[in-house]
Order: sequence, then structure tokens, then C-alpha cells
Amino acid sequence: MPPPSLAELRARVAALEGIRPAEHAAVAPLGVAEIDGVLPWGGLPLGCLHEIAPVVLPDGVEDGAAEGFAALALARLAERAGKPVLWVAASGPPYAPGLAAFGLTPAHLLVVRPAKAAQILWAMEEGLHCPALAGVLGETWGVDLTAGRRLQLAAQASGVPALLLNRGAAARTAVTRWRIQAVSSAAPLAGGLGSWRWRVELSRCRGRGFGEDGCVWLMEWSDEAHRLGVVAPSGDRPAEPQRSRRAG
Amino acid sequence: MWLPHLATDRLSRNDPAGRDSPLATIAPGGGAHRVLAVNRAARALGLRPGMTAADAQAMAPALRTVPADPAGDALLLEHWAEWAIRYTPWTCADRWADGIEGGGLWLDITGCAHLFGGEDKLLADLVRRVARCGFAVRAAVADTPGAAWAWTRFGDRASPILPPNTQRAALAGLPVPALRLPPAVAATLVRLGLRVVGEVMAIPRPALAARFGPLVTARLDQALGTVDEPISPKQPPVAHRVHLAFTEPIARTEDVTVATRHLLERLAGRLERERLGVRRLELAAFRLDASAQRLVIGTSRPSRDPRHLLRLLAEPLSGLEAGFGIEMLRLSALEVGEQSAEQAGFVGTSLSDDLAGLLDSLGNRLGFDRMARLVPRQSHLPERAVRRLPPEAVPAAESWSERRRPVRLFARPEPVEAMAPVPDAPPLLFRWRRRTHRVARAEGPERLSAEWWRQDAQDRDYYCVEDEAGRRFWLFREGLYGGAAAPRWFIHGLFP
Repeated sequence: MPPPSLAELRARVAALEGIRPAEHAAVAPLGVAEIDGVLPWGGLPLGCLHEIAPVVLPDGVEDGAAEGFAALALARLAERAGKPVLWVAASGPPYAPGLAAFGLTPAHLLVVRPAKAAQILWAMEEGLHCPALAGVLGETWGVDLTAGRRLQLAAQASGVPALLLNRGAAARTAVTRWRIQAVSSAAPLAGGLGSWRWRVELSRCRGRGFGEDGCVWLMEWSDEAHRLGVVAPSGDRPAEPQRSRRAG
Repeated sequence: MWLPHLATDRLSRNDPAGRDSPLATIAPGGGAHRVLAVNRAARALGLRPGMTAADAQAMAPALRTVPADPAGDALLLEHWAEWAIRYTPWTCADRWADGIEGGGLWLDITGCAHLFGGEDKLLADLVRRVARCGFAVRAAVADTPGAAWAWTRFGDRASPILPPNTQRAALAGLPVPALRLPPAVAATLVRLGLRVVGEVMAIPRPALAARFGPLVTARLDQALGTVDEPISPKQPPVAHRVHLAFTEPIARTEDVTVATRHLLERLAGRLERERLGVRRLELAAFRLDASAQRLVIGTSRPSRDPRHLLRLLAEPLSGLEAGFGIEMLRLSALEVGEQSAEQAGFVGTSLSDDLAGLLDSLGNRLGFDRMARLVPRQSHLPERAVRRLPPEAVPAAESWSERRRPVRLFARPEPVEAMAPVPDAPPLLFRWRRRTHRVARAEGPERLSAEWWRQDAQDRDYYCVEDEAGRRFWLFREGLYGGAAAPRWFIHGLFP
């Protein structure tokens, strides 16, 4: 018997980790060719736990880029499935007019704000059991291994994707982890502020080989075209996906 | 049903050792402290309500006196009325207690007695359960509330049940106070030599009415049944209500859950025939010590699916305190709404059913007011531009502001120190939460005015600024340079 190929071994490991093989998984493409091309599934696999983490600079001041990316991903999920998504807010609810710019409209967005932090994970799990949702997002400050595992299992059972907007320690059961940071916009000639620019890092992606994870893009949200695009190479900015030295 | 020593029995419950020593409640009245209620031991010593506290103390030196608490007694009576719902939905505390000791309850057991094996069995059960809680009790059954009232207090204890249409003969032999008259009226009648009800009945009605007013004849008519006297129920009767009584009290949560599921299935059957679903459901657990605990759940739309409703009840059920055991569970649909048969047939498969189920379980645990759909409102102020709709609402297609808006808006704008070079220009740098941010790019101003009827609010000039690290903030200035007060700067939100 010939030894199994690397691809077969990876498929086996993925199956052990609860991820279906790429060709069978239901997938929601993000609509950005560069990112979808890097993901082994050609998009975000449904029925999995995904993590979106803001990058907080040393001065501790937050930006809203992670919320924007999360809204974008949820809007894609809701549009694709034609079902609403559930946003489990931690402190204040997100500001709906800002989310709507990314296509997350009132018809697609349900917001629940538990009184206690401990109820956030419960509410997420409850939402993940509900097949009438296109996705569930929860704001957390780190999830432990048990909680992460529960979310992953709940998502796997129903096929509803779970998203964490996580400001704490990384969830180790997440299938993908995205680190989003706002970066300076390109000033238009007329002055003022340019389109939103983010540094999008795929810092962890199961199903990609060791050392293959860690891609960074510089992306810009176009309000006119209503899509996220990789910034055209200009000056010293990298256009190609950049290998990061980090291991997820 | 009559609890002759309601007040003192209530006190003795907390002090069982003192049950057999004389006890009286006193309250000021008529220029002195007077006895309001006495217990059995005090009564045996010759003490009666109405005598002054000093006289009573002289007759029985061992007497303990306690200030009366009419509100507490009334509350207890209400509890008993609630408890008595186990026999009939029409129960009512007897508020007419003037001159008569203790407290009473009305129970309209029309059509209910057979459920307990007859009136005698029902009465025996009632007396046994009340007595077990340490209360002296007498009860009687008659055709009319008036006759039952009289027979309970003055009738023959050996035969508490008056057969139908015998109240005239039975009442004739009772003393005059049995007519539920104010003490003054009753005393006048007695002074005139009318000692029993029969003698009052013998007097021609016009003379009676002329001499004593309409009350005496009215009471006679009520007692004899010539005038109807309805018992107004303690709670509005609920059309859809099922209950389950246990021969042995239950306490384990598992047992309660099984019993609840059984009740839900029975209720579902009844609701299905009428094509109704529950909007609000109450589960009442009646404990052995005659106290009750109520659990109420709501649904976002009518439902009668036992599985779904049981899931919603699971959370409150875990907080149920069984105490000495639960002897009866009662399920009442407090609010119902129309639910078609088809809807029930597809429970669990239709998408909207799933969503309704999710909203119910989230709402019952977290609070229905914590879920919302966020829709635009016509207001210029950013904090007022979002309206919350209940999550089951389907929002109309309305549009948000065309301008750039943050993804995070602070509940209260936070003050910042900002340095702007010229009026009506964005700041060059600002200090927020003890960090200084240098502004690299800025857009604005966008002037947002408060509604004209809000006098306290000033116009705001909003700027979208980006600091050197690339983070984007929403700042605004309130007031103008060169105005009466120096303008103040605030940060209101974060852009993506």
C-alpha cells in the first residue's frame, strides 16, 4: 500500500478536527478574490467558528475596523442565505447606521444585549442551534477551551457559522482567525478623508499547511462599488499576500 | 368557610409553643385599647372581642396581647382565597367582617363538587387541609352565599351541608346576627325582642324596610335566594386552565418537569380544538403549606407546542422552590391568540417557527426588551437616529443617513481637549482618555441640529478625523468660537 499523500493526511486531520473536506463544505465566499483564493474552501466555511480580533496598538486605543469587517462578513452570510444574523452585543449595541453601510440592513440584523457577560456565550449557543439564522456573532473578551469547543460543536451541528468579535485571548478552536486594524487612508486630492483602509491579516487558518497561514493584505472599502478590494500596488505598499512570521 | 381565630392563629403559626396560652390582639378604639381577636384559650377564660385591654388583662393575668395587624390579616385571607382556587375558580375573601371575629371566604362550588366526590368530601378535604396548617376553621354549604355565611358561623356543626331549598327553615332558628347586619342594627333588633331570624321573617316587609332601612330586607332576600348575590371571583376566570393534583407531594425538579409536560399536552389538546395558541402562560405550584409560587413565561407569537413551551419553562422551573412538597400544579393560559392548525402542524420545520422559538427562549431568559431590530428614525441627532423595534417585527425598507456613520457610537459623548487652529476647522490634535492624538486627515464639518423643540441642545459640528496611526474618530464641537461660552469638544464614536 502506497503511503498516503500529504493532501490525504491533511484531510484526515481536518476530519478529526471537525472540519469537512473542502470540496464538501458549504462555503460563503467573502467576495474578495484575493482572500477567497487563499482560503482552502474558496470562502468562509459555514458550520465553523471564526474569530475576528481587533489589533490594539500599544497605547490601548481601539478602532472600529474589526466591527466593520465583522459587519461585512455577516452581510455576506445574510445575503447569501436570505436569513437574518444575530449580533450578541456585550456593552452597547453596535451603531446600526454604520453597519448598514456594509450591507447589514435592519431586515437582516437582530441584536440582543444580555445583561450579564456570562449570558453572551449562552445566547450565542442558543442562536447557533437555530437553523433560521444565517450566522451568529458574539462580542467576547476571550473564550476558554470548553466554551470555544461548545461553540464549534453547536455550529457544526446546525451549519450556522459562529463569529467571535474577540478582544481577549485567541479561541483555540477557531477555524480561522482574522486580525483587523485600521490604517491611514489615502487622502483624496480634494482633501479630507479617503475610503476606509484596513490591514487584514489571516493569522490562523486550519486546513492550510504549517507555515502557510499568516497572510496580510492592505484592503480598502469602496463605498461606491460597495466592495472590499486589495489596494493597488503603490509605492512601498505590498500588493502580494505577504508571508508573516507568526504562527497561528 | 370561616376562620374564627384568623388573627391569633396567624400569630401562633410562628410560635407553636404559645398556641395553648391565652392570646389577644388589641387596637386603640373608643378611648381605650380594645381586644379585637382572641384565641381559643382566651375565649375559654371568658374574654370576648370588644372588651377593653385592661379588663381582659384583669380577667386573665397570663394573657399576652399583641397589636392588631388588620392589613396582615387581610393579606392572609387573600392568600387563602388564592389557595382555595384548587376547589373552584370563583373564590373571594369575605370583606364584610364588621362585628364578626376572624375572616371568611366564599367559594362558589356550583358544578365543582363532583370533582372531589361530592360536597361532603369537598368540605371534609377543605377543613382537613386548613386545619393541618394550624387554623381553626368552620365551613358550610348552602344554596345562597347568605345562607352559607350564616350556617358557617351559627349553624349546626354536625350537619354543615344544607340540602337544597331548606335555607328558609334552617335560618329561621339562627340568631339575628346571622343576617350579616352591622352590629348596631343587629343590637336594635335584639332589643326589640327579635332574637332569631324566623321572627324577623315574620314581620311584614314594608314595616321592616321602613324601620330599619333597605339592608335588612336585602340581606333576607340574599340569604333566601330571592335576590341573586354573585360572588366576584378573586381572579378573572381563565378559559384555558388545566391542573394536576398529586396524591403524594412531589419535590424533585424531574417530577415537576414530567407533570408540567403532561399538563402542557392536555392544554395543547384543548387549545388546538379552538385554534388558539398561548401568548402568556402561568404555571402555579401549590405547596403543602398552602403557599403558591407562580412562574410566567411569554411567547413572541401564539404557540401551543408542548416541547417549545416546556423549553421556555425549563429555566424558571429550575428556580422553583418545592418547600415541603408540591401538591398541585396548575397551568393557565393568561393570554391566548389565534393560531391556525397548519402552523402547529409544521412546528420545527418552518423557518419562521424556528426563529420564533429562538426569540422566545432568548426573551424569557434575557428579557424581551433586550432584543431588538434597529431601524432608522427621522432625527438629526445621531444618538436618536436609531429606533428599536421588537425582534419579531418586519422592518419596512427605510434608509439610513447617506453620510458616513461610525460603527460604534458612545452612549454618552466623552469630552476631549482639542486644539483647533481657526474657528470652523477640524482640530489639529486632541486628548482623549489621557492619550494625545495628532490629526493627520479630517473631513467636515457636518452640522447637525437638535430638533427645535429641544431647547437645551445646541448645534453640533461633526468632524471625521484620522490620527497618525490610522484610527478614525467622530468628534464634534458644541458651541461656536467667539460665543458666550467657550466651545466644547466631544468624541462620539469610532469609524471602521
